[in-house]
Amino acid sequence: MNCNPIFFFQIRVKPDRTGVVTDGVKHSMNPFCEIAVEEAVRLKERKLVKEVIAVSCGPQQVQETIRTALAMGADRGIHVDVSGKDYENLGPLQVSKILAALAKKEDASLVVLGKQAIDDDNNQTGQMTAAMLDWAQGTFASEVVIEGDKIKVVREIDGGLETIQIKMPAVVTADLRLNTPRYATLPNIMKAKKKKIDYMKPSDLGVDLISRIEVVSVDEPPQREAGVKVESVEDLVSKLRDSGRI
Amino acid sequence: HIHSPQRRAVCRRTVDFDMLGSCSSAALRAVNVGIRAGRAAQLRLVHTMRPEPHSAASLMDIGTRRIFSEEHDIFRQSVRRFFQEEVAPYHTQWEKEGQVSREVWKKAGEQGLLGLCIPAEQGGIGGDLLSAAIVWEEQMYSNCTGPGFSLHSDIVMPYISHYGTPSQVQRFIPPLAAGTSIAAIAMTEPGAGSDLQGVRTYAKRDGSDWILNGNKVFISNGWMSNVVVVVAVTDREATSAAHGLSLFLVEDGTPGFIKGRKLEKIGLKAQDTAELFFEDVRLPADALLGPENKGFYCLMAELLQERLLIGALAMASCEFMFEETRRYVMQRKAFGKTIAQLQTVQHKMAELKTEICVGRAFLDSCLQLHCEKRLDSPTASMAKYWASDLQNRVATECVQLHGGWGYMWEYPIAKAFVDSRVQLIYGGTNEIMKELIGRSIVSQK
Repeated sequence: MNCNPIFFFQIRVKPDRTGVVTDGVKHSMNPFCEIAVEEAVRLKERKLVKEVIAVSCGPQQVQETIRTALAMGADRGIHVDVSGKDYENLGPLQVSKILAALAKKEDASLVVLGKQAIDDDNNQTGQMTAAMLDWAQGTFASEVVIEGDKIKVVREIDGGLETIQIKMPAVVTADLRLNTPRYATLPNIMKAKKKKIDYMKPSDLGVDLISRIEVVSVDEPPQREAGVKVESVEDLVSKLRDSGRI
Repeated sequence: HIHSPQRRAVCRRTVDFDMLGSCSSAALRAVNVGIRAGRAAQLRLVHTMRPEPHSAASLMDIGTRRIFSEEHDIFRQSVRRFFQEEVAPYHTQWEKEGQVSREVWKKAGEQGLLGLCIPAEQGGIGGDLLSAAIVWEEQMYSNCTGPGFSLHSDIVMPYISHYGTPSQVQRFIPPLAAGTSIAAIAMTEPGAGSDLQGVRTYAKRDGSDWILNGNKVFISNGWMSNVVVVVAVTDREATSAAHGLSLFLVEDGTPGFIKGRKLEKIGLKAQDTAELFFEDVRLPADALLGPENKGFYCLMAELLQERLLIGALAMASCEFMFEETRRYVMQRKAFGKTIAQLQTVQHKMAELKTEICVGRAFLDSCLQLHCEKRLDSPTASMAKYWASDLQNRVATECVQLHGGWGYMWEYPIAKAFVDSRVQLIYGGTNEIMKELIGRSIVSQK
């Protein structure tokens, strides 16, 4: 699961233009990851999977995210500790290596993720994880039905909906309409306190965090400029042409 | 956040707080200083450094305040989401109707937001006081005063939990926790409010039954209520009125129990405050709640929490109004700049923030004390009157800072302003609070 700045928070670019300010910005579970956790818990409630493990990579603060997942019904958690500069450079490639290593270690048959994280909007981790494991993948899932050792995934695509059938083990990424995540109720939050969270470092999994990408600069979107009034439709079309819009 | 050199090597695991006793220990964490090489772990008690609200980006930020733990933060996220998704979108409609929907009560019950402090064995959630406080606060942060959840869960349900027979508990608590039944408490009458001993509603013995006659006014949750705790005189000959009061559980539908009408208030528009009439209502013996003629003492014991609750609502409302106003002044333009750039506005905001933070420190101290069952009645009264006074001052200033828009119903600050006025009155007027505090100061005991 990803731990992102809360999406309605005011985000500012860091003065050195290497990223956005994350200090003091309240973080919470990525909304798509919430949906992924919910789906996993539902599969367990329907007795289609035996155990749900919630994984998060990052510094200390992701423990709260893991606890929220435990409160929603995950059985145990794994906190892969990545902090400081490593955390800033943590991208889909590194995370997918970690997830792939964990999936093998835990002998998982299904990895469920949010389709993308709302901080970077990369939409790569699920796909990369599947590639590394050489597993089937069902991405942008709006419906997941387990049928024996196969999964029917209804995917949201540009043209509408696509239904595919994939064999387990597989990676599924959750889209918005897959489900509505449950609230973490107080009794479940208290029960979650007793659930185990394993702690490990990427090196324990044999994963190196070297980034293949260097962020050159981060800029805020250009300030909104005043509009220009035009007299006629012809004027509008010619102005749009001039600015290269059409 | 542990600021120690061992931080990187620390493998934190939270220890079950129950063994540490009270919820004050939520601020203390047993830290397992585990080194990867597997050396013997040392247990050290360290204060986790939760930021103070006054240094956070917003006074309502989740993750602040020393009295709360990480688990409380997770719960607060859920509660905040509930109010944003299930309450706020419908509130304007409910204001027009003068009541909330039955559905929102059921939803709150389903999410485990009702009866938080009632023990699980009785059918409640079995949570701590701070979790209940989170629900109180989040409701004020959402500016939706319609649902009477806090009255139902933390004022009325405790009466049944503390003074009810096992059969009464078994009968009433589960549906109240589920939100399928709504509770109210009827003390005030047209002729008796502060003067509780002036209550005229009378329950007369008839064999093993009681016949109840009288009427009550200003009863919150009254219109929608399924069960009402009614304060009535049972001994007209008692030496003092205090020794002649009893509590009764009266259910909606009982012949003679009439709900008069929803009262048209100047604020709390979505709250179904009503007047209730009892005309020769026949009640069985097991409708008596608590010991006969000892009702006054039950009330005195429970009113402490009610007063703390009102103080907590007041502080949360202050924080909401402050943040709402901060947002407004930072975008409202006048004289070529935002009004936030005017010195008078900045000074006003500085005064508001300071007073609110001072109040917050006191309220949190009272909440902590009450968790440990160490809060006394005069202190609860102090919290109630001081915080509600502050809330009204803040409301007035914040409306002024909003200018004309502050007078418009569609602006949240306008609703918060009118809603704040009753806080000085209900739960015991602030004048009565001063009576109680004053007496405790000069008493010889």
